[in-house]
Amino acid sequence: MATIIIDCKTYEVPLGKNVLETCLNLGFDVPYFCWHPGLGSVGACRQCAVKVFKDADDKKGRLVMSCMEPVVHNQHLAVHDADTIDFRKQVIEWLMTNHPHDCAVCDEGGSCHLQDMTVMTGHHERRFTFNKRTYKNQDLGPFLNHEMNRCIQCYRCVRFYKDYAGGKDLDAYASKNNVYFGRAEDGVLENEFSGNLAEICPTGVFTDKTLKEHYTRKWDLTMSPSICQHCSVGCNTIAGERYGALRMIHNRFHEKINGYFLCDRGRFGYEFVNAENRIKQPSINGDVVERTELETRLEKIMKSAKVIGIGSPRASLQSNFALKTLVGEDNFYHGVSDHEHDLAELAVRILKDGPVRTPSTKEIEKSDAIFVLGEDLTNTAPIVALAVRQAVRQDLSGEPEKIHIQGWQDAARKNLQQQRKMPLYSATIHETKLDDICTSANYATPEDIARLGFAVAHCVDHNSPAPEHFPEALQVRARSIANGLLAAKNPTIISGAGCASSAVMKAAANVAIALHKNGIVVGLTYTMLECNSMGLTMIGGHRLSAAFNAVINGHADTLILLENDLFRHGSFAEVGDFLARCKNVIVLDHTKSDSTDRASVVIPAGTFAESDGIIVNNEGRAQRFFQVYESTESIQESWRWIINIGKTLQHPKLQTWQNFEDISKAMASEEPMLQNIDEVNPAVDFRIVGQRIPREPHRFSGRTSMHAHIQVSEQKPPTDDDSPLSYTMEGTRIQPPSAMIPFYWSPGWNSVQSVAKYQHEVGGSLKDGDSGIRLLEANAASSLVYFQGIPEAFVPLEHHLWIVPTYHIFGSEEMSAKSASIQKRIPTPYLLISAVDANIYHLKEQDIIKVSIANISYSFPIKINRNIPVGMAALPYGLCDAPINALPEWGIVETSPLTELHDYVRKTKVQH
Amino acid sequence: MFSIVRSMWLVFLHMFKKRVTIQYPEQKAKLPARWRGRIVLTRDPDMGERCVGCYLCAAACPVDCISLQATQDESGRRYPAFFRINFSRCIFCGYCEEACPTYAIQLIPDFEMGEYNRQNLVYEKQDLLIDSQGKYPGYNYYKVAGMAIQGKEKGAAINEEKPVDIHSLVP
Ligand code: SF4
Ligand code: SF4
Ligand code: SF4
Ligand code: SF4
Ligand code: FES
Repeated sequence: MATIIIDCKTYEVPLGKNVLETCLNLGFDVPYFCWHPGLGSVGACRQCAVKVFKDADDKKGRLVMSCMEPVVHNQHLAVHDADTIDFRKQVIEWLMTNHPHDCAVCDEGGSCHLQDMTVMTGHHERRFTFNKRTYKNQDLGPFLNHEMNRCIQCYRCVRFYKDYAGGKDLDAYASKNNVYFGRAEDGVLENEFSGNLAEICPTGVFTDKTLKEHYTRKWDLTMSPSICQHCSVGCNTIAGERYGALRMIHNRFHEKINGYFLCDRGRFGYEFVNAENRIKQPSINGDVVERTELETRLEKIMKSAKVIGIGSPRASLQSNFALKTLVGEDNFYHGVSDHEHDLAELAVRILKDGPVRTPSTKEIEKSDAIFVLGEDLTNTAPIVALAVRQAVRQDLSGEPEKIHIQGWQDAARKNLQQQRKMPLYSATIHETKLDDICTSANYATPEDIARLGFAVAHCVDHNSPAPEHFPEALQVRARSIANGLLAAKNPTIISGAGCASSAVMKAAANVAIALHKNGIVVGLTYTMLECNSMGLTMIGGHRLSAAFNAVINGHADTLILLENDLFRHGSFAEVGDFLARCKNVIVLDHTKSDSTDRASVVIPAGTFAESDGIIVNNEGRAQRFFQVYESTESIQESWRWIINIGKTLQHPKLQTWQNFEDISKAMASEEPMLQNIDEVNPAVDFRIVGQRIPREPHRFSGRTSMHAHIQVSEQKPPTDDDSPLSYTMEGTRIQPPSAMIPFYWSPGWNSVQSVAKYQHEVGGSLKDGDSGIRLLEANAASSLVYFQGIPEAFVPLEHHLWIVPTYHIFGSEEMSAKSASIQKRIPTPYLLISAVDANIYHLKEQDIIKVSIANISYSFPIKINRNIPVGMAALPYGLCDAPINALPEWGIVETSPLTELHDYVRKTKVQH
Repeated sequence: MFSIVRSMWLVFLHMFKKRVTIQYPEQKAKLPARWRGRIVLTRDPDMGERCVGCYLCAAACPVDCISLQATQDESGRRYPAFFRINFSRCIFCGYCEEACPTYAIQLIPDFEMGEYNRQNLVYEKQDLLIDSQGKYPGYNYYKVAGMAIQGKEKGAAINEEKPVDIHSLVP
């Protein structure tokens, strides 16, 4: 701690921070631009000036940039003296000399840091009468607008994009007064985290293009705390609605998970909520019906039928549990392929019964060595990939401390660090976006990845099994990885369901357990395929094939399918046959799919935006998402529909449930793995000074007009029986508990920077701590022993390809792939094969290969890859009709007449 | 007695004074230009819609009776896809006009808006948009703002340099 004196008042503050952070923590409104708690300081904008005095007698002092000035004991500072106030005002006046005067048509307006700082410094009149500099904009693809005239040259964008996120195609160009931030030429911003530029940039240079399609000011949005539904990481988001449509997704700070950032899938995937193919009305055999008719029909069906229910890894715990209760435990099946089911169960078992703890994303960011097995993180769990990048960027050599450079001194740290980085070992099926920072990147088939993992585990602890016939070259590599991990204090092992191999996941577990036995505090992370894969596994249920058998054997004839497109989890023929055999198929879903097309009864379920629910992320953290708005159509949460059905059937349990809390309580008492699930967030009757938490900012406009064209007398706004939030702007302005912060705002701070006011200290945890509760903790008395069953080394088969799944951030996940902006980034389907194989089959890039998988022929254009092992091929998950759920599987390469035709055409073309 | 006679005399004299009461509606009142009455949306000198859909009027309105949705046409101009004022709520305070950065929304000296049916007091854009610049002739927002629109490229607004050539090495 240090004693510092600001404006003649004394404060006790911690050492090791800069003056800007310290002032902000103490509640001083010091304006700033280039500093960001996630990026540190570079002193580029000169906005944050304060005065430092030599001692108590010094009356003159000197101006310093507070973001570059470390706090020292007995420091005398002035924030509000005439010189500094004047200086800051002048700086902003300079920055504004070129401002294009277009706030009215700027999407940043109303949540703009530049506006806030301009008002804060008191600059309100333009004195500069000369011409303004202008720039041409670039087309940056479907996610972001570019309006360079608004730039104030703070460099935040490139520092985030290049340094933090590892992007390569955004940079600063030109010099002096002409500095330009953009790409070398027009084109799509390639980095998977580009959307964060909209929040990082303190001005309106980079703004959300999808928001512009239906533009709404921040103050006009009805917002709710939500959880991203597009991968298993479970990033916290703010979802905003206006006029009955979801308008945008913003970051919601969660110290342990996503910090200040989201990936582009999470930020732009929301458009599926507004898509054309939403199911909005109940229908029976394709005809839209009234609710009453639906209810009578359902009652009739359910009374006379043998019903089974199939749950979903993308539906909430509440919906899955309600269905399980309705159909009974014996008739509840998991709506995932058996393979995926097993992988998820394995993950939960290892993390629950094993001795190794699964870390949060934040902890991964702090690990000092990382070993990734089989997971292309950038495409399966993007924010984890971003965390891995930060871990590697750490400088733990002790050098900075030696010359008194602190963590936030970004430029100095980088200069000192140069190429020094933390070790990252990876073994994947082909190259990944993290390879540029890897100490060693290995490419192998899932079997060989597992073997390498087992070998590493064996090197760490000889009691763990070693693979047989392991080549010496690989043994050397395994030893070096093992040594790297053994030298670390808190390494993390990351694997997951990505390469669809339980052996890989077991190998990862063995490595982690071996390190643990060596007394090392190791973390083990498994990424899953869907947002609630973990939660569904914890609820328990039978495998999907058992459901198929139940219908085939006549034990059941009616199916209730919950928010699931079964065709993603089984082969077309098999699932089609299964659905055809069911007498009644009742589907609850929000978006049309092949499964809803075959349903006799379709019930319109709410998406995350129209629902309340809890999902469990890959860390085992249960988190609640809150309904954003009441739909005007007949849409409601799946669990509410199921309660309704239960009521008409006079189901003993469902009858007694009224709202979200009733289900949660029941779940907590009945599900052994979800014992305190009802404590994920405060109860429905939680109030702050007797008031609800408003979803709308106090400046929300148009409420006496927005519905006036329908009915001029204002209707009563909907009340929320499931949460302490209100659908209006009435309510408390006091900071709500972390799980229930619908938006960030503080007087004078309209932009996203206002999150600082909700934190203990800027960049630290939220005042109320982290939200969500962890359901998986290491088991100290673990009886988990090393996994055996090491697979044989991979041997290529003639005329065959071993086909494994690969993933795309845009396209592999079901819902985001239905978002209009994401669709523009989805690659066309392909089969990735090695150059050797391409030669064997006389194929060139984009030629068609014909492969038969499980007796069905498929044609794919090929992509040739240098690193993928010979004899193996990768098929993008979710992009093509092929049965991804059946992978890995041998594909028989059929000589393709089309290829020869291709070759023929090409050759003749060359000859002419 | 005297005072009664005097009062009657004064009243009698008033019969020859100029009348204050006017015979509305046969006779119309003369209102000053800045009188705050019916709200209109005006056009710029080129007869383009002035409103750029910035939502500031809606935010300023103390009774929240303005709602709109901004959108953009092919030329890059922003305009309101719909613009609604619920005059049954409006208190004619003029805050919306104060807030408007483009002089689009203006209160004009017309108050004859009475309706038997309250629903008829909900005005949509077609009821609000007039073919005139209203009280503030000459102002054209896009000539001042740096946003490029069709027919006005970057660097062509008032007080703007030509766009920077970022490939130039000249100091
Ligand atoms: S584009 Fe934005 S973040 Fe980048 S330098 Fe300009 S103002 Fe700063
Ligand atoms: S897709 Fe995954 S990583 Fe991306 S924002 Fe959503 S939860 Fe986070
Ligand atoms: S005059 Fe006042 S009450 Fe009427 S629309 Fe304008 S701001 Fe609202
Ligand atoms: S303030 Fe003016 S420009 Fe903005 S939305 Fe209202 S009328 Fe249109
Ligand atoms: S914030 Fe300190 S110089 Fe930019």
